[in-house]
Amino acid sequence: MMLGISWFASAKSEAILVSLDAEPTWEQLTSYIKITPDNVVKIFSPNPEFGQNVMTSLPMLIAEELDIDFNAVQVEQANYSLALYNRQFTGGSQSIRQAWKLLRTAGASARQMILTAASQEWNVPITELTTANGMVMHSFSGKSATYGSFASAASKIQVPKDIVLKENKNFRLLGTPQKNVEGPKIVKGEPLFGMDYQVNGMLIAMTERPQAFGMRLKSFDPTAAKKMPGIVDIFPIQLYEPTQKLAMFDTRTFNEVIAVVGKTTWDVMNARKALKVVWENAPEIKEPGMGGRDNVVPAGLESTKKHYEQMLEMDKKPGRVERKDGDPEKAFAEAKHVIERTYTAPFLAHNIMEPTNTFAHVQGDKVKIVGPIQGPDMVATTIATRLGIPKENIEIQLARMGGGFGRRAYGHYMLEAVLISKQINAPVKLIYKREDDMTAGIYRPMYQMTYRAAFDDKKSLTALHIKGGGVPESPLHANRFPAGTLDNYLAESWTIPSNVTIGAFRAPRSNFNAAAEQSFLDEISEYMGKDPIAFRLELLQRAKDNPVGKNNDYDPARYMGVLELVRDKSGWGKPENTDKKRGVSAYFCHNSYAAQVIDLQVKEGQVIVDQVTSALDCGVVVNPEGAKNMAEGAAIDGIGNALFGQLTLKDGRTDQKNFDTYRMIRHNEAPRKIDVHFVQNEVDPTGLGEPPFPPIFGAMANALYKATGKRFYHQPFAAQLT
Amino acid sequence: MIKKFTVRINKKSHTVMVDENMPLLWLLRDILDLKGTKYGCGVGSCGACTVHLNGSAVRSCQLPISVLGRQEITTIEGLAEKGDHPVQKAWLDEDVAQCGYCQPGQIMSAVALLNNTPKPTEEDIDNFMTGNICRCGTYMRIKKAILKAATSN
Repeated sequence: MMLGISWFASAKSEAILVSLDAEPTWEQLTSYIKITPDNVVKIFSPNPEFGQNVMTSLPMLIAEELDIDFNAVQVEQANYSLALYNRQFTGGSQSIRQAWKLLRTAGASARQMILTAASQEWNVPITELTTANGMVMHSFSGKSATYGSFASAASKIQVPKDIVLKENKNFRLLGTPQKNVEGPKIVKGEPLFGMDYQVNGMLIAMTERPQAFGMRLKSFDPTAAKKMPGIVDIFPIQLYEPTQKLAMFDTRTFNEVIAVVGKTTWDVMNARKALKVVWENAPEIKEPGMGGRDNVVPAGLESTKKHYEQMLEMDKKPGRVERKDGDPEKAFAEAKHVIERTYTAPFLAHNIMEPTNTFAHVQGDKVKIVGPIQGPDMVATTIATRLGIPKENIEIQLARMGGGFGRRAYGHYMLEAVLISKQINAPVKLIYKREDDMTAGIYRPMYQMTYRAAFDDKKSLTALHIKGGGVPESPLHANRFPAGTLDNYLAESWTIPSNVTIGAFRAPRSNFNAAAEQSFLDEISEYMGKDPIAFRLELLQRAKDNPVGKNNDYDPARYMGVLELVRDKSGWGKPENTDKKRGVSAYFCHNSYAAQVIDLQVKEGQVIVDQVTSALDCGVVVNPEGAKNMAEGAAIDGIGNALFGQLTLKDGRTDQKNFDTYRMIRHNEAPRKIDVHFVQNEVDPTGLGEPPFPPIFGAMANALYKATGKRFYHQPFAAQLT
Repeated sequence: MIKKFTVRINKKSHTVMVDENMPLLWLLRDILDLKGTKYGCGVGSCGACTVHLNGSAVRSCQLPISVLGRQEITTIEGLAEKGDHPVQKAWLDEDVAQCGYCQPGQIMSAVALLNNTPKPTEEDIDNFMTGNICRCGTYMRIKKAILKAATSN
């Protein structure tokens, strides 16, 4: 009865379907559901899984409407398929939001098909039938039968239209805590990851790329390396053709790399040491970008020290005005007092635990890929273009990802693996060493924000001026809070071109904005003599009652909701908490609202986080257990990056190359306690993977101020504690 | 240099012809197809490759095959035949995993900790587990799972 792909059980042989019993007959009902005559239900989870637990929560949406016992369901990761699924993308905290109606409709449709088949077989009106836990019942006749007994007939019925979904109050599964469906496999170390994939005759490949941003391949001598044990071949590959129009998530920074292919990982690692390569400085690259603007990748070997100097210079020049309300210039000219603060943050490496990898096998014009990818359709488009084959010829099995955080949206490594397999004419698994992953990453950009606040003689806030930029993108969200709360508001933006590759990193831009904005609000609330939560609520009340401008892209009421919830749950302002060193922060991104209070102490330069209280509004919570786990993880991730995270460069080379030099948060630095609270409402679900991450940075800075008497403007904060 | 070695993994002997410097990690993963032991950093700084050497936690990326001799190696696959070791069960009870990649290494470290310290304090756990990175941030659930496994012993 059990059927599954076992990479481990197939040890050394072609990955095969291992049938432990006679293969059951699966009847397909919609793209997501299969049922056997014996009533075994399998649900295909369409989106790539990287730890956000969609393999549990997406099937829950289907199971709710299908009306089955969720614990008895088999869940399987769907392959990439344009024909069967919409939007197989993990990113932007969108999976649940986009699937909310779609997958429930799939479940409800399949249930309707089963009911139709039952009504025909029993010759009773469909309206007299009910369902529960995978059974159809007809109470008048006392008949009951399993879904499985109607599966064959139901599969021949056309998928119905105009399906009515359950009202939220009738949910039985959604909103109940469910454990990770992959948990039992994870704790056994089963080969779930791309890194674990293996087939007969598979070779191992690594790619050697320039040791510095701003360099490219000049020449190489593979003679000695080729003689090393187990080495099959060494050759250069060119990722994108010079004329190829880059798609979303394609990056050309290291377009020419050297592939080293051998029998084992150890063989390849050793051969790389014997490889003689000459790199040279790369020229400027200019190519058409989005919106008619050229993308310019400058020449040169860049350094972090210079980047910080450049950012300060940009701050002195006028920026590009992104939003202006009222007359901020006049307000500043008439101000009795101005507070101006500049905040910065460094590049961050994603440091996904499972290093970058992909299995690829190219046979003629057919491509098979197994590996970790957040956006399979984007990379399929790129590979199809590069190889000149139809996209339908590309099969992608979506391996469970050992972390993503945005890094695996950029699928250049899949193209690398494909080109290597094509050249070597064999199945190949491309593996990045940790050093490859960290030194040639796609980093969170460097950012800087300057906040200026104007006050009148009564210490009332009369204007706000925000000027932000980064290397090479600006973090500014001009229409977010506190825009809309002030009559006089100016937001400006600037950028510094760079050849360091950057990309999406958990809550892009927001992950810095929250730190700057929420620290600044804390500081000015202190100047005004106001409680930091009361001050934020006051601003939001203004945005609710009488907003300035029309393009404010947040809902002040939901914002206030999380602030009030965190205030109440943390006992903010209560006498028993007055001695606590605590900081508050709130932020809106990815359609959701998050507020956090951190309690901490600083002892001998070490930060001890006693407690994090999180209040979140992401609408209906599908799986409270998974949601809580993710919110806890976001807090720990945020604390780690706020205190320690940084990737620095000298002459284009990263100073950090592995976990011995890149400081990650460790067990002993995790908070003693994290409380997670959700606003209860019936709003359709919004994002959760990203929203609890950004505010942590602000809460850390504000709590550190309370503990040390020092304001923290520059990340990582721990560097300024000693 | 390629040499012949006989090693003891999960109570079985395996004879292999490999480079004498090959780390145990790659012997497990590439030669013996035991993929539960994960590659994370290769420099002993993340703990993803943690296995037991005579019951103690070691980083398999730092152990060349030539030093193993006939010492007993245990990997996550050898922890319990059905994956129902008390620590594995506690991991499921606390629903620890997010991406799951580091968890076999975390579990192997936790089992080694409990072997030596059956009733660890929170501080014992912090100190012992500090070599295992979890990028998703499941540290608190890991701690709860270890405390739970300790009480179920």
